Amino acid sequence: MEAHAQPNSPSANTANATESTAAPAGPEPLLRLRGISKHFGAVQALYGVDLDLPAGHVTALCGDNGAGKSVLTKCIAGINQPDEGQMFWDGRPVTIRTPNDAAALGIETVYQDLALADNLDIVQNMFLGRERLQHGLLNEDSMERAAGETLAGLHVTTVRSIRQPVATLSGGQRQAVAVAKAVMWNSKLVMLDEPTAALGVAQTRMVLDLILRLKDHGLAVMVISHNLNDVFEVADRVAVLRLGRMVAQDALSAFDRQSVVDYMTTGTSSRDVDSEPVN
Amino acid sequence: MTAINPQNVPDAAIAAEAETAPDLTAAAVDVIPPEIVAQSLGEYLRAWLARVRGGDAGLLPVLVALVAVTIVFTAVSPRHVFLSAGNLVNLFDQSAVFIVLAMGEGFVLLLGEIDLSIGYVAAIGGIVTAQLVQPNFNWPWPAAMAAGLLACAGIGFIQGTIITRLGIPAFVVTLAGYLFWFGVMIIILGPAGQVGITSALVPGQVALYGIVYAYIAPTIAWLGLAVILLTLANILWRRDSGRRRSGLVAPPVGLTIAKIVLAAIAGIAVVFICNLNRGVILPVVGVPWVVPLLLITLVLWTVLLERTQFGRHMYAVGGNPEASRRAGINVSRVRTMAFVLCSMTAGLAGIIYTSQLGGVTTNIAGGSLVLYAVAAAVIGGTSLFGGRGRVIHGLLGGLVIGAIYNGLYLLGLPIQYQLIVTGLVLLAAVSVDSLSRRNRGGALVKG
Repeated sequence: MEAHAQPNSPSANTANATESTAAPAGPEPLLRLRGISKHFGAVQALYGVDLDLPAGHVTALCGDNGAGKSVLTKCIAGINQPDEGQMFWDGRPVTIRTPNDAAALGIETVYQDLALADNLDIVQNMFLGRERLQHGLLNEDSMERAAGETLAGLHVTTVRSIRQPVATLSGGQRQAVAVAKAVMWNSKLVMLDEPTAALGVAQTRMVLDLILRLKDHGLAVMVISHNLNDVFEVADRVAVLRLGRMVAQDALSAFDRQSVVDYMTTGTSSRDVDSEPVN
Repeated sequence: MTAINPQNVPDAAIAAEAETAPDLTAAAVDVIPPEIVAQSLGEYLRAWLARVRGGDAGLLPVLVALVAVTIVFTAVSPRHVFLSAGNLVNLFDQSAVFIVLAMGEGFVLLLGEIDLSIGYVAAIGGIVTAQLVQPNFNWPWPAAMAAGLLACAGIGFIQGTIITRLGIPAFVVTLAGYLFWFGVMIIILGPAGQVGITSALVPGQVALYGIVYAYIAPTIAWLGLAVILLTLANILWRRDSGRRRSGLVAPPVGLTIAKIVLAAIAGIAVVFICNLNRGVILPVVGVPWVVPLLLITLVLWTVLLERTQFGRHMYAVGGNPEASRRAGINVSRVRTMAFVLCSMTAGLAGIIYTSQLGGVTTNIAGGSLVLYAVAAAVIGGTSLFGGRGRVIHGLLGGLVIGAIYNGLYLLGLPIQYQLIVTGLVLLAAVSVDSLSRRNRGGALVKG
């Protein structure tokens, strides 16, 4: 399962022109961003952002409103193109120009609005745009089996039938379907935008478990979240953006709630919590 | 390869999972389609009743409307002539135009769009076909029909392209098309203002006129029906029982049988009625050719919408265009194609109408035809708001509109009352659509 997680020889010379603020993550991260900048007209959204997303780890991307979280996500997802900077996928330099480029690499994004068609059922949504065909017609049996296996693999068992329209699902179930849809395609990196916003306690629990399961499957996961409880529950690594700059990026143990808030609001933190265990 | 592979999930990981509490919040359980959760016919009926109460009644309203209209008009028509074989066959012929138009309009309604031009686009389809079987062209009828359909498809492509590429609302573009094609229609009809297809000397005209006025021999009709029903039963039975065997979501056995029995009853009723003698002086029997033509259209478009990738994408675009775009679906292409299919199907309706009237004149009421088509589709159960609709909705809704049209005519009510009644029926159907949408809770109202 972990084919891509093996230590790549620190593939030469690359990218180290920009000095990284990231802690040395040991093995080559699945996706490495160096010096990503992006502006929209006169507004500079990102200033030379570095970010590492290692496989088998959950990286939380934190930041206040307007910090550039969404822009950074869209740059990785191929919706926006960075003006400057480099991206390395498994150590190889890559350019992601369109969402299809991202999908080809194995990058899937679960947006906050989930992008599900309410009138279609779970199977139809999970295969939307990539339907399986047989003799030119839809192969419903094969799609239903595969969707069922993926959902079972993620322990999404609360839906009554995988043939029910998405409109009849609860918020947590919809999120689960969106995540399952994202991981179905041999994805290696899944980015989730505020996955627990607008969810109740039990449903939040379900989604957090789901995220941990993705990690266990060896995927790189990036979670964008305002909710520090969630961050400290599922993340292995934390990256904090403030006003378009990456102000902190380290293992979770290097942070506590207060220091994350400090970084988000002021860009620095005087607290040193390096050795303090965080539950 | 890091596919989620359930077989490889270590058991320890599973054991470590906290039991996820089933979340009962916000799930509107009563709108789950009953056929996917029911294990038996009784359970199906209970789930179905729950769904009807939840606001999604499926085909129920249109079937109730059909029965109600039949009872009312049978009761009030002079000598109960409404249910006579002659009138029922007449009703099938009249409804055919509404049915096919409604099937066409269904494609754009499915995307939450509307096409107001199809009345006159249908007329153009009829005129092109009729002109090509005039003695000076003398095309064989299949070529003439193909040309009529292609012309209409071209019109749909132009309108659809303007709507999707320039981002102009369909309402405006097709309203402009309504006037434009009305004008074009008058031009191509020429100074005579009409084109006829009633000559018995031109083979193409005989064939076109025969769509409505030539009949299938009774024995052939019974044989054809037997073949169709056996094929349908075979397909339905094998699909459903195969899915049940392999543990996929499938309707209960009783429902599969009920579907086959219902189709058999409907088919036998139609063939039986058409094979009764309805002649006044000479015996007249047989199924008009328009009936199998409707059936072919129904099957073809149903397969396209419900069994192909393109059809799936149409539903997706109708339900959530943004999600479709992100899923890599070419939303503009799907929307343009919906207008192409709509206009092309309208062209077929125009050809049937031409056959029924024996030709086309400038008096054709393209405006009210459009409204009848929208009314028929919505009465049948297609949503005006996109994302919900089937081809069979056009068939059933078209029958209701045809029955109202026919019944009011039998009563000798002048056109003004027909218009008023049809307007009220349309309003009622749209109200049912809007109200059922509201009852279905947050998820749908938002989308």
